[in-house]
Amino acid sequence: MNPSNLFLKKTSHISSSFLYFLRTSSGFFIGLFFALLLTLIVGENPVHIFLIIMKSAFGSAYDLGLTLFYTTSLIFTGLSVAIAFRGGLFNIGAEGQLTMSALGMVGFAYLFPEIPRPFSYVAIFLVGSLCGAVWAFIPGYLKAFRDSHEVIVTMMLNFVAAGISSYVIVNVIPNQQSQNPESFIISDSFRTNHFDFINTLFPDSPANLFLLLAIFTAIMLYLFFEKTLLGYELKVSGENPLAAERAGIPVKKMMIIAMVLSGLFASGSGMNEVMGFSGQFKMGFSPEFGFIGIAVALMSNNNPLGIMVSAFLMGALHKGASDLDFETETITRDFSKILQAMIIFGVGFQYYLNKKFFRGENGSH
Amino acid sequence: MFRANLLGFLSIFSLFLFFMPFNTLLATERLKIGLVLDKGGKDDKSFNSAAFEGASLAEKQLGIELKYVEATDVNSLENLHRQFAKKNYDLIIGVGFAQVDAVKKISSQFPKVKFAIVDGEVTNPNVKSLLFEEHQGSFLVGALAAMKTKTGKVGYIGGMDIPLIRRFSKGYIAGIKYVSPKTQILENYIGVSGEAWNNPAKAKELALNQYNQGVEVIFVAAGASNSGVFDAAEEKKKLAIGVDSNQNWIKPGFILTSMLKRVDRAVFSTIEDLKNSKFLAGSQRYGLKDKGVDYSLDKYNEKLISNEERKKLETIKEDIIKGKIQVPDYYLEKK
Repeated sequence: MNPSNLFLKKTSHISSSFLYFLRTSSGFFIGLFFALLLTLIVGENPVHIFLIIMKSAFGSAYDLGLTLFYTTSLIFTGLSVAIAFRGGLFNIGAEGQLTMSALGMVGFAYLFPEIPRPFSYVAIFLVGSLCGAVWAFIPGYLKAFRDSHEVIVTMMLNFVAAGISSYVIVNVIPNQQSQNPESFIISDSFRTNHFDFINTLFPDSPANLFLLLAIFTAIMLYLFFEKTLLGYELKVSGENPLAAERAGIPVKKMMIIAMVLSGLFASGSGMNEVMGFSGQFKMGFSPEFGFIGIAVALMSNNNPLGIMVSAFLMGALHKGASDLDFETETITRDFSKILQAMIIFGVGFQYYLNKKFFRGENGSH
Repeated sequence: MFRANLLGFLSIFSLFLFFMPFNTLLATERLKIGLVLDKGGKDDKSFNSAAFEGASLAEKQLGIELKYVEATDVNSLENLHRQFAKKNYDLIIGVGFAQVDAVKKISSQFPKVKFAIVDGEVTNPNVKSLLFEEHQGSFLVGALAAMKTKTGKVGYIGGMDIPLIRRFSKGYIAGIKYVSPKTQILENYIGVSGEAWNNPAKAKELALNQYNQGVEVIFVAAGASNSGVFDAAEEKKKLAIGVDSNQNWIKPGFILTSMLKRVDRAVFSTIEDLKNSKFLAGSQRYGLKDKGVDYSLDKYNEKLISNEERKKLETIKEDIIKGKIQVPDYYLEKK
């Protein structure tokens, strides 16, 4: 009973959407399966663990809300990593970009607290996007014109962003009412919470309007890749820069565009926190969304629509981690990291699976 | 064939379902205590360890039921507190200033559940705030460091650059200046993110640098990063001062003393009070007076501190308790 035979014979009968499903998420489920098996070793019942994760994600309006809050941030960082990938660049600086965006927003709200209402939203939105975009422009420019490797530059800029933000938050605009390393709370005219109909669906949870923006952005990015010339040029220059150059596509410009858009999407994560939820910059508000975003993007093979699903899965897992710690005796915080790692391994295994078993009509491997 | 395989898989899967209740919770009358630890986790040999020790001692001696969890990120804190409250725990203890917001929110939503918060202040009627006068203890170890140095240079290494750690440094510097105003102080911070609490390599680097510049004693307040400074002290045959828990045993002979912050005692007595139905909401400040903060003296460091120095320290301690010496408090000056 060789599994490869089994799938090869059957794939022609299974509908192509099911094949697509296998091509994109079987790795995830294999990873999840082995991760759950691992819990057997420490004496937990895998089914029980699975049910806890499910309950943790969907159990109540609050649970779902918290999961969706993580999902929102992960969609943004996932898209950020994905568009850079499509442009042939590896952006591991989403973390720094979302940090700078959040910092820019609270900084702007500090300097101009009295902008009247409809304009305040436009202004802070633009400032937040701009900060993220500029922070991504730097490595993009350096890559295109100075040939410095974007991985190194983005990684370094993450530290620079962490340094600048913590200096400003602790020394310039701290929250005087609190001992936490966090900024003051921005005025209500910059926050969306008083007309947030998403949040009313999930009382007490941090889920907010930016979930809709995240979904909208993902769909727009999908259309960008599939329906626009620029999106096409960007993909081509990412896949084969030499050929693209021969075909007259300005590859260097494309690199910069990819990075700037990447930074723009990463800023959404910062907005989700600052405008949508807490109204302040809390140090450590991002549990490394920028890095989980890499897994999210890889999991969906950089497909913007798939990113919504994989961001939700990773969001649920992230939320599940603390609930597992709570509900069981043996699965601690560190153990749930192992579970997450197993799933990411599974996702990495996807590439091999696709090559071996699920060669579909749109198979590029 | 495919279907048969699927059926086989499903049947194996459903077999698991029969094993479902692997660990059913026994119904008991015992008090249920939930402990929410900060990101450092229970093995940081310092702050969180102290809280965990206090709670496990209560579990042993008072026969309570203890459940502890460790935070994964800032947003998970509220979730963890809510989970405990939903399960009708009798007392939920939040460890660390980062949990103030979570405790504030959850304690007003669950007025019947009792809460305690370490290192933060929440004024709800069902919350007890456990605060420490770290600047007083830091003043004492600062005075001791100034007595010990012959070069006239002492050092301070903080973990993350936040108000709490500045409070340590401010008290420490005041203590040094009290003994000898001319002492030169080198001050470094390990980092700007949470990772600073767990970066012994960088702590060691900073410490070596300070020792090379002639520093003889370094006070380090950096959670799990402390061990790096202790290594450097051993390598350079100089002295270091530990923090929170009694860390003298880690490198005997090279750790001058530890600035104790008795989180364990505060946690234990809070649980004990609840057990004896004497739990009182409000703020409780632990200072030198009630040995909530102190410097440590045990078999590992008694040779390092002479009788004369010990006497001087005791006088300073009493002067602080009596209010003769005013120790500057970073929190108050910030406002």
